Amino acid sequence: MTRGMRLPQAKAHVADKLGVSPPDLSDPVIMNEVREKLGFGRITTFEISHPTQPVAIEAKFNIADVLGVPVNSVRRFAARTAKGGSST
Amino acid sequence: MDRENRIPTRMGDGEMVHMTRSEIRADLEAGTAAAARRAKVPPLTEEELEHLLDIYGSPARFTGVDIGTEVVLSYDGSGMKTIASRRQDLQIYEQWFGADTIELHHVDYSFKPVKAIVPFEAQEMHEVLLRVVAPVQYGAQPNLGLYSRPDGPVPNWAELLPLGRIAEARAAQEEAIPMAVKDMVYVCESMYEAGADGVDFDTSAAAGDADFLATLQAVEEVRRRCPEMGIEVGMSGEFVLGMHGEVEHDGVRLAGLWPREQMKLVARAGATIFGPVVNVNAGKSCAWNIARACTIVKPCAEEATIPIHMNVGMGVGAVCMTKYPPVDAVSRASRACVDILKVDGL
Repeated sequence: MTRGMRLPQAKAHVADKLGVSPPDLSDPVIMNEVREKLGFGRITTFEISHPTQPVAIEAKFNIADVLGVPVNSVRRFAARTAKGGSST
Repeated sequence: MDRENRIPTRMGDGEMVHMTRSEIRADLEAGTAAAARRAKVPPLTEEELEHLLDIYGSPARFTGVDIGTEVVLSYDGSGMKTIASRRQDLQIYEQWFGADTIELHHVDYSFKPVKAIVPFEAQEMHEVLLRVVAPVQYGAQPNLGLYSRPDGPVPNWAELLPLGRIAEARAAQEEAIPMAVKDMVYVCESMYEAGADGVDFDTSAAAGDADFLATLQAVEEVRRRCPEMGIEVGMSGEFVLGMHGEVEHDGVRLAGLWPREQMKLVARAGATIFGPVVNVNAGKSCAWNIARACTIVKPCAEEATIPIHMNVGMGVGAVCMTKYPPVDAVSRASRACVDILKVDGL
């Protein structure tokens, strides 16, 4: 959404980075495993909990890193916390 | 004697009617012919009409695209205290509805009123971004009309035009444009600094060509100030109303532009997503409306250099003009847009 990339190219880019095929990106069974492996965050409910895995902003750090795409909120978070160098 | 089975289908106002396959086919042909005449674009091909007939001639409650051809679903109005707080609503859209992008907005969905409460809105954006994974946009309408009396400072061009005071009406719109641009840029930049992934200029050109010009100028400035920001421009109608009639952008007269030309200007201004709109004729069937919508948007989708997220909702994109759009109508329109237009999202 920040690159103005049309969908076939965007799907190919993401699939390549994740090591899957473009149709796999909308397969919930495959993507659940991929998201768990890469720490991309998953759906959580009372019955399906994974408290030691990344969620929310934590997951976005991993997504930005793996996809090689700058994420504004990740960049701001890093700048506002110890990772941004304001605290050592 | 009519020997054909009658298939349940919808009118543009949401009424369930029963039509034969031949009647649906006739409506598809009439819809594409009407669009081709009006927008001066080619009609749909025989193969495309047959595919639409397969979609709209089915009695199934729900239909969908082929596996592997799913598109991105972006949402306007997804965080507005429908169930809980705005941030909880956005979490619900992400975790329960599977939304690909979510959108924070204020219930008074225009940039001008948001300007006065930007610190609160930006704080909310900051908090939301800590709690979700999906990209978050901030959405609002350019809504140039709010800058005219009695809501704003400039004379009301909608009152001047019927009196034949054309020059004064044009001057009023020209006076309002920089005010709207300033507000839009201020809100967007504040959201960017809070960490927003994007902004959504929703229902652009609702007040006509001057409204569209203000939007394009704001997009250019936001792109300059916020180089990594997603910018979505969604339209309000299928062609730009000439409330001014003479304003231009990039050497192009804005009044009367159809989606293909709208998209080109939006892309050149620096937007990353374009949302075309085709309004629904409530007195015609959904089949007639989808043929018309696909015909009008097809040249835009074919020539697009940025993602196209077709507006498919209440009263636009062949979805019924009703508060509670039936899933049969929504899923048929959605699938048709993906299959025929190859849109990037909805």
